[in-house]
Amino acid sequence: MASRAAPLRPAPPAKNGLRSIRWRRHLIGYLFISPWIAGFALFTAFPMIYSLFLSFTKYDLLGPPEFVGFSNFERMVSDHLFLTALGNTAFYTLLAVPIQLLLALIMALLLNQKLRGINVFRTALYLPTVTPTVAFVVLFVYMYNPEFGIFNAILGWFGIPKLGWLTDPNLAKPAFIIMSLWHVGGQMVIFLAGLQAVPETLVEAASIDGAGKFRRFWHVTVPMISPVIFFNLVLGIIGSFQVFASAYIATNGGPKHATLFYVLWMYRHAFENFRMGYAATLGWVLLGVILLFTLIQFAVSRRWVYYEGEGA
Amino acid sequence: MQRLARISFQASDDSSTQRTLFAYVRTALGLTFGYSALLLVAVISLLPLVWMISTSLKAFGREFLFPPQWIPNPVVFGNYITAFETSNLARYFGNTLMIAVLATLGTVISSSLVAFGFARLEFFGKRVLFIILLSTLMLPGIVTLVPTFVLFKTLGWIDTPLPLIVPWWFGGGAFGGAFFVFLIRQFMLQLPRELDEAALVDGASYFRIYWRIMLPLSKPALAASAIFSFIHHWNDFLNPLIFLNSEEWRTLALYLRFFLYTEAGGGAGLTRWNLMMAASVVMLVPVLVIFFSAQRYFIRGVALTGIAGR
Repeated sequence: MASRAAPLRPAPPAKNGLRSIRWRRHLIGYLFISPWIAGFALFTAFPMIYSLFLSFTKYDLLGPPEFVGFSNFERMVSDHLFLTALGNTAFYTLLAVPIQLLLALIMALLLNQKLRGINVFRTALYLPTVTPTVAFVVLFVYMYNPEFGIFNAILGWFGIPKLGWLTDPNLAKPAFIIMSLWHVGGQMVIFLAGLQAVPETLVEAASIDGAGKFRRFWHVTVPMISPVIFFNLVLGIIGSFQVFASAYIATNGGPKHATLFYVLWMYRHAFENFRMGYAATLGWVLLGVILLFTLIQFAVSRRWVYYEGEGA
Repeated sequence: MQRLARISFQASDDSSTQRTLFAYVRTALGLTFGYSALLLVAVISLLPLVWMISTSLKAFGREFLFPPQWIPNPVVFGNYITAFETSNLARYFGNTLMIAVLATLGTVISSSLVAFGFARLEFFGKRVLFIILLSTLMLPGIVTLVPTFVLFKTLGWIDTPLPLIVPWWFGGGAFGGAFFVFLIRQFMLQLPRELDEAALVDGASYFRIYWRIMLPLSKPALAASAIFSFIHHWNDFLNPLIFLNSEEWRTLALYLRFFLYTEAGGGAGLTRWNLMMAASVVMLVPVLVIFFSAQRYFIRGVALTGIAGR
């Protein structure tokens, strides 16, 4: 009986009879996670290895993949659209993510007030985030219309002339960034949860020490939620680098390649021109770029992310 | 010591009436600021959706007016009927629903099994496997796009809903699916271990513990996963775009995009925005229904996984 009292941990190393029970327990564990192991092998590990293989081939889906060495990489470097697509994506990401996070944080701070009816506001601020992307993008195409769009109508109130939001190469990327600001509900809720986990005693202590509202925020709240900021930043950048649907639907890369984002460019090679080998190369290069950005962030995070319990 | 002195000093110095008046004004100002800032953000936040609904109710031609007509006049509910009559909207709705429901079912069942394994059982390499699972969350899904397309093409699954459903029956093995395992596991870890230990003593099998004890207790996490999953699949655009191409399997997301670029919508130059917006509202309604009926699970779910990012 004693050995069954703590049955969820592997049994202590014991005589032969117990060893089979211990093995059985490990086996049951693997049985439960087996769907994931199979899924990981089939839909993550295998595709990644296979795409690495494809990136050294020429493959149009008709004949078998043909080994071409590094020529896909050489082709990419000399492709004038490579830098355009990567540059557009980097520009979008580096501008959109900080603005999104700042807005999400401000919204979370507003929602963190102890006010009556705050739930109604929480719903209102979160709602656009669950709107289907396609419906939202189509709606924005309409709202950005230079002739009868609502954005130009609102600008008109302030005497600003009509703008060609999606037709002006200089405005197209900012227009996409503005559009993305309606989908920050996820980050907002994560910030809100982070804010609510900040112990009130800390804020009060700072207040007693004579710290004003701003200093309390900057020196107490921000360090306390820095892990949440970091989390949102890392995932936000990974997500933004893969921006696709909005550009595909609204502008299809135009005007003048201003919204030709990397994944859209890759999509064209893969599914419009069926250059599977080249597209696989582009995919791995994007993975490398994203990985680089993520590693840099992890390295820099040691300087500003504060983890409680690790010592200050 | 100094701090204490300052507090006592303040307390004795303040004349109480002045202080309460000051505090009162300050609270009132704070409240006014708090509410007006919230109201402003809420109005901006909801504006596009309001505009979508407003446009969907406008008579043909009124959607091109400038300055725009804020409140439709006349209100044309018939746009919704026209949207259904002039297209296979009902079929697209059904396709999307079927894909989203089947994928969600697979996600919840298989992810909860895997989550139970990681939350409650011990096996060799558990830590390493869990770290691998978590790291797939950070991998950009785009890398596997081309090879999975080749895989499904070899299987003959292109232009069937299978590529959009089957991977989700593999416990988070599909890209992004690890999120659900993680969410459910985090929840299961909070449940008292005494429950399953007692059941084990009573001779229950692990599967029975999973099925009869852990699943019922994990309802909030399962509900959150189901909602996230459903909305994700309902809204998905990239995967249907790649794996489906015939009209037979078209989803709502594909239809909206199709409508924008074809004659059916009036051509690129003269899109019938009122019908387009009516179709958009049709796509939005199920999401709203689910969101409002299960809001508490939803927001708690985001928070649960977000916090765990620490």
